[in-house]
Amino acid sequence: MNVLIFLIVFPLCIAGLALVLPPGTALRRTIGVIANIVLCGVPIYLLVTYLDQGPVYFPVESHVINAFMLAVEVLIAAFIVYISLRAKKILPVVLVVAQSLIMVTFEFTVGSTIKVEHSLFVDKFSIIMALIVGIIGSAICLYGIGYLPEYHEHYKEVKERRRYFAFLLYLFLSAMFGIVFSNNLLWLFFFWEITTICSALLIGYRNDKQSIESSFRALKMNLLGGLVFAVGLVYLYTSSHTLELDKLIQLDKSYVLLPAVCMAFAGIVKSAQFPFSSWLTGAMVAPTPVSALLHSSTMVKAGVYLILRVAPAMENTVAANMLMLIGGVSFLITALIAISQSNAKKVLAYSTISNLGLIVACAGIHTSAAVWSALLLIIFHAVAKSLLFLCVGIIEYKLGSRDIEDMDYLIMRLPKLTALMMIGMAGMFLAPFGMIISKFVTLKAFVDTNPGMAVLLAYGSGATVLFWAKWMGKVMSIKHGVTEVMEHRVSSWEWITLYILAVSTVGVCLVFPWISSGLIDPYLAERFSKIPVPDTFNTLMIFVIMLGLLILLPLGLFYFAFVNKNYKRVGTYLGGANIDNITFEGAMASTQPIALKNYYLQKYFGEDRWFMVGVLVSLTLIFVMFGVALL
Amino acid sequence: MNSIYELYQSLSILERMLVFLVLAPFVGGFLAGVDRKLSARLQGRYGPPVRQPFFDVLKLLQKERIVVNKFQNFSIVLFFLFTVFSGALFFAGADILLTIFSLALAGTFFILGGFSVGSPYSHLGAERELIQMVSYEPMVILMAVGMYQVTGTFKTAEIVQHPGPLILFLPGVFAGFLYILTIKFRKSPFDLSMSHHAHQEIVRGILTEFSGPALALIEITHWYENVLLLGMVYLFFGFNPWIALGASVATFLFEIFIDMNYARFKWQLTFASSWLFTAVAGVSNIIVLHFIK
Repeated sequence: MNVLIFLIVFPLCIAGLALVLPPGTALRRTIGVIANIVLCGVPIYLLVTYLDQGPVYFPVESHVINAFMLAVEVLIAAFIVYISLRAKKILPVVLVVAQSLIMVTFEFTVGSTIKVEHSLFVDKFSIIMALIVGIIGSAICLYGIGYLPEYHEHYKEVKERRRYFAFLLYLFLSAMFGIVFSNNLLWLFFFWEITTICSALLIGYRNDKQSIESSFRALKMNLLGGLVFAVGLVYLYTSSHTLELDKLIQLDKSYVLLPAVCMAFAGIVKSAQFPFSSWLTGAMVAPTPVSALLHSSTMVKAGVYLILRVAPAMENTVAANMLMLIGGVSFLITALIAISQSNAKKVLAYSTISNLGLIVACAGIHTSAAVWSALLLIIFHAVAKSLLFLCVGIIEYKLGSRDIEDMDYLIMRLPKLTALMMIGMAGMFLAPFGMIISKFVTLKAFVDTNPGMAVLLAYGSGATVLFWAKWMGKVMSIKHGVTEVMEHRVSSWEWITLYILAVSTVGVCLVFPWISSGLIDPYLAERFSKIPVPDTFNTLMIFVIMLGLLILLPLGLFYFAFVNKNYKRVGTYLGGANIDNITFEGAMASTQPIALKNYYLQKYFGEDRWFMVGVLVSLTLIFVMFGVALL
Repeated sequence: MNSIYELYQSLSILERMLVFLVLAPFVGGFLAGVDRKLSARLQGRYGPPVRQPFFDVLKLLQKERIVVNKFQNFSIVLFFLFTVFSGALFFAGADILLTIFSLALAGTFFILGGFSVGSPYSHLGAERELIQMVSYEPMVILMAVGMYQVTGTFKTAEIVQHPGPLILFLPGVFAGFLYILTIKFRKSPFDLSMSHHAHQEIVRGILTEFSGPALALIEITHWYENVLLLGMVYLFFGFNPWIALGASVATFLFEIFIDMNYARFKWQLTFASSWLFTAVAGVSNIIVLHFIK
């Protein structure tokens, strides 16, 4: 139990130190590195300790802590009221006041009678989440050490608040550990609200008009989720006198369906599913480490974590079907929208929503095969997506643009970085890598229960291939002649992080059979009578493809770069006399430049239209989900 | 009658792969020769001998290696290796989904090769090739789903020995598959990304900057791929080997016939029509199957 408490409290202490220590000093950096190593190491220790055990529940005397948490919640609420009024926003005030009133009244009327047996717990799913939060979260913090000084060089008008930034990052990690280890739903709710406020503040870091706008959008939506969460908690306690996650899913469905739906709703908001996707696409105004954190290891993953935890309480209900459809609709529509986007961060954002949609859909189906693929998706997505965000963050500085159309010949200008980014992209859609393995098992989970979802998946993965492959093609085009390499001045903090994540992207694919047998299967065995058995031959073949790539790619590149001399090099065919590789002499001695642009299929997949479709469809589904739960 | 399957059963996985590796290029090359001969006859020409594709490839292999960048041919090598691997997996009786994903990986390498050379014609060809891939991908996955619904397995070795005729349960899926097969065979109206003639609107499209041995390798890869695709057609009729072989050949001839009779579509029409046809024929079939099972 001490390990769990340590993981929650330790980042909190580091957050405190980050607030105190002056930025840019060696001491601060050393502490940062040590803290990150600890944050990576402790979840691994946790894994080793609890590898052979089922879920373990810990009793904690909770009344004092509950009161303390309530006090903090009220303080945060007051803070939100203050910043909202200052920015002249009324809706967040209404939401946060309503939520606080509910929680305070609840605490004062029944607070003293609440009996929570086990406040903390750890099981295999918690450990998976802790590993993701710990390793990827701290890798991103490491990257931040190198990134933020450069950020302020580029945006001189942004007030430097590095202490505040680091404070929020570590507070965020602390809250994430809190979420994954809490069995007491009041605690879970408390940490949940902390991630809401942290993310909103981090999104607003630049403090200009656009980021304040995005920040409040994120705040509004997540507060709405929190409000519904709070209502769900109160209803749960009044109907069944339970406030524990493990008891919730064992109770009779008629008691718990509504609270479970309320929590799933909060999860939908947090994981940015339709109709609440706009907060995540707006969040790209934040500095890159924030986007990476929100998209890979924290915020959105907290959303799907909660959904997967409460999904058993909704099993085989119409509400669960609605959840499945919301995920499916979000998956397909955002994959389609991503085709039409040329802003790199927006493509990444839509791809995140899309992948989370698949996880939510799996949670809605909730067979053992579906949950299995959901967990695999969580792991693979976290690693590859964080890598991609961090690469795009650096490219944005070096090119002065985040537009994919400006990334011509990137492999010549930023060779190492592009290679790393391509590993990340391959991780998102190519065959032996993680996401396609997950899609593979997801498809199998879908066909057994609901072929309609398999249809969504078929179209969605087609769209996914399109937007990744054209981006990949863009960055790897090569032209004749010398191009300036711009890779110097990327700090070693950033390189180290990128290497760690790139190795992990490949690594998790190689070790996934062991992840599955060591962590996921035991978790499934507690919940389902039958656990999915992955086909050994398939696993072996995936392994062969992966190894083949790992051996062939470096060997082949080496061969073509240094060994193979038997070729004659010519200019590309341009339809005239080449001047150099990107201009040619056309008719009447005119000089014609060439430019290579990608297709974006605006006519078919324009953002405005499809976003509206997604919002309307999913709003209907959400109303139905609540409707059937209320009946 | 079932001696073919008995023979197939008696081979080990590696032996099945080996048979495919050795036989497929001959079958594919022969089919390419028949294609050219037949096309010529339909157009009122005499046409080259059936062996001509083999001569062409041998000649290409002897040509000078001309490139615009050092790495472009590497992607073609990978395209070749993974296509062959996909085919080997399929004929070894492995998971059909794995075959599909592995084939998509091979296709992606080809597209990336087209992008990497940085020529405008090749770039356009690669974009179109990508559009084609996205056009057919949903239907290919749905075909696997449909076969699973009927037979309860994704393994081709078991699908092919399913006693009932798959085609009776999957007429819509088969129709959808035929539609996208025209894209896969690179036949008109869907031969957008590369053309057999060097002076069309995108020159030779994705092939513009590939010549000599690389072009030969692309051609051989195409032979392997065609055999794999006809193998997928075979699965629909697997209950009877003779009917299945006949159906595969008939499908190939049918595609030549289509090729002769259609002018090239624009990519917009290719994309929209494939997705719509998939939705109408494939999806409806799958939903019906879900309810009758």
